[in-house]
Amino acid sequence: MKKSVFLGALTMAGLAAGAAMAQDSSTLAAVKERGMLKCGVNPGTPGFAAPDANGKFVGFDVDVCRAVAAAVLGDSEAVEYTPLTSAVRFTALASGEVDMLARNTTWTFSRDVDLKNTFVGVNYYDGQGFMVPKDLGVSSAKELSGATVCIETGTTTELNLADYFRVNNMDYEPVPVESFTEAQTQFLAGACDVYTTDASALAASRASFEDPDAYVVLPEIISKEPLGPLVRHGDDAWGDIVRWSLNAMIAAEEYGVTSANAAEMANGTDNPEINRLLGVSGELGAMLGLENDWALNILTQVGNYGESFEKNIGENTPVALARGLNAQWTEGGLIYSPPFR
Amino acid sequence: MSDTTNSLSYVRKEMLDQQPAPRSQVGASRWIRENLFNGWFNSILTLISIFVIYKVLAGSLPWLFGGVWDATSLEECRAILNERFGNTHYACWAVITERWNQLIYGFYPDTEYWRANLAFVLMLVALAPVLFDAVPRKLLWLTIAFPFILVWLVWGGTIWGPLSVAVGFALAGLAFKLTDALDSMAVSAISAVIVAFLWWLVIGPIIVGGLDSALPVGHLQEVESRELGGFMICVIIGISGIAFSLPLGIVLALGRKSDLFIVKTICVGFIEFIRGVPLITLLFTASLLLNYFLPPGTTFDLTLRVIIMVTFFSSAYMAEVIRGGLAALPKGQYEAADALGLDYWKAQRLIIMPQALKISIPGIVNTFIGLFKDTTLVMFIGIYDMLGLSNAIRANAAWNGVYWELFIFIGLVFWICCFAMSRYSQWLERKLRTDHR
Repeated sequence: MKKSVFLGALTMAGLAAGAAMAQDSSTLAAVKERGMLKCGVNPGTPGFAAPDANGKFVGFDVDVCRAVAAAVLGDSEAVEYTPLTSAVRFTALASGEVDMLARNTTWTFSRDVDLKNTFVGVNYYDGQGFMVPKDLGVSSAKELSGATVCIETGTTTELNLADYFRVNNMDYEPVPVESFTEAQTQFLAGACDVYTTDASALAASRASFEDPDAYVVLPEIISKEPLGPLVRHGDDAWGDIVRWSLNAMIAAEEYGVTSANAAEMANGTDNPEINRLLGVSGELGAMLGLENDWALNILTQVGNYGESFEKNIGENTPVALARGLNAQWTEGGLIYSPPFR
Repeated sequence: MSDTTNSLSYVRKEMLDQQPAPRSQVGASRWIRENLFNGWFNSILTLISIFVIYKVLAGSLPWLFGGVWDATSLEECRAILNERFGNTHYACWAVITERWNQLIYGFYPDTEYWRANLAFVLMLVALAPVLFDAVPRKLLWLTIAFPFILVWLVWGGTIWGPLSVAVGFALAGLAFKLTDALDSMAVSAISAVIVAFLWWLVIGPIIVGGLDSALPVGHLQEVESRELGGFMICVIIGISGIAFSLPLGIVLALGRKSDLFIVKTICVGFIEFIRGVPLITLLFTASLLLNYFLPPGTTFDLTLRVIIMVTFFSSAYMAEVIRGGLAALPKGQYEAADALGLDYWKAQRLIIMPQALKISIPGIVNTFIGLFKDTTLVMFIGIYDMLGLSNAIRANAAWNGVYWELFIFIGLVFWICCFAMSRYSQWLERKLRTDHR
């Protein structure tokens, strides 16, 4: 009896695999049928994704998920958040466990090409920095030779660190940690002299310390870390939807469309680009396979890029990040959306 | 010759009043002298120990008991502490009170908490007759019904679904009984399985659909698996794993000792494969790799996948523990069972298993405790158990920087559960002791 059950299970698995090959898999259709977007996030970095006291997810990355849900399903709350560690995030995306990742993931060549992901844009330009206790008496990263360094495994920061120390002929002793939380605890307990990760996370981390003034973030930024949402290779239509959902938020900030005035502007404005964006004229939504008010839904339910930034990680929040590189291109930053035409 | 009335007596005639023992030989002072200050070396050790204990308590007790219980963020908590003590070296238990519901129920809808509570109480009642034989036997009916009640209460939806699964089991039992006359275990088992699957896959769904629309009673708001979390998911996974792994473990242990080649090979292969693979690998397989084999769009409930994997994992260990118990039985017991003319199953049920299981109790409970603690590993596959939630809570700007309070709370909850299991197993061992050592 056991054997027959076992063989039965094998047959089922085989049939299922066959069916998987045969069936045309469109992520958009799957999401619409499910009525729910599955989004991989990183609950670990403050301000980017975390449940609040009521169990509702909030954060800067979460807003990208919500924007896509608003565009596709018309409801920004129709998102199922899956927390993923750095090590399993790409497997989870590739296996279809999530539809997209918005999990402060650095866009790199090999992740894009070799791991068969499609990065659809950048929602935060970050760079790797160092934080040290003030008593260490260090004012530049060039003086860190021989230091013990807390470093998250499986991240680009790990590789950047090795490169930086090798180029500068310094040596270091890594203290591998699995998560942001563990890194913070280890660093505070003195298990390592230096904590290195993206500068945004360092700032957030320092803000949460009992005595922030006892720690300094060193001036050197040793890498480029463009963080952005990504999808699987092979479903370009879905990639377009995620890309243009993010771009809609960015463009809206540039044109001054906010969650407050979007509904009003949807009655028609003098600016043809805003009209196209909000679906007043043109058929941009239909080209994506969505309703024509897709971007309007994003803006009324989630808000534009700047609003999301200020609400989650801006200077009035505990994370307290300045716009810096993440200002609009019109204000000297790198945030730039291709035209809606 | 001896004259007891002799006035020249060597022996005292009237007894002296009993004197109290020297103070150094009784009570606390004796205990202290014997146990703590027995010789100079032990005295030094005692003094050092007292000093260390004092240091630890002096450091931790104010922190533990001076903490703040009412605040909405770490910042506010620290402000209160600064105002009260002038420093912040105290616990911030407010994170537990503020996130209590999240730690216990995960993201379960808060209007439905009563369902989780009711399920928990029913679970305790259903466990009672299994654990204590003084409890009325009639409660065993509740124990049998409980798995179906649990699924209905926790996940909601129509009551007809779980009922239909239960009917499938009942039909399987009926088929087993009816074919009993054929006197072949294999035929009975196969017919029971066929009947059950026929019901579950073909007839059941039609009837459920019909009943649901015709008689929509007992329809609870549906809750999805991803909304379960916290302590609740630990209990659900832990209890299901424990309940399923014991019978499965017994079957595997018997299979491994079987003379039937195929049965034996499958059991040995299963046990050795599962024991050779870390649990976390099985969990990753369940959560990530399984999707490669299933057709896109199929959703196979994640909690169910995890329960299956955890059950497989602990049943392999269970099988080996029980095999140890079987091996410890003297050969005479098997021969006695044969001599009485019992067939294989009767011998197992009446003679072998009661003794083998009794011997294995410490090992079995050990496996249970391990399984219960292993449920925290589900945080790596995206289920918010208590540990996963502690990370998520910290990721919220309000509580970023809180560590010990959450870890101590979670540790305490697990300690209470595991210690209870351990005490129960010791009580059971004492109760079942029949030897005269």
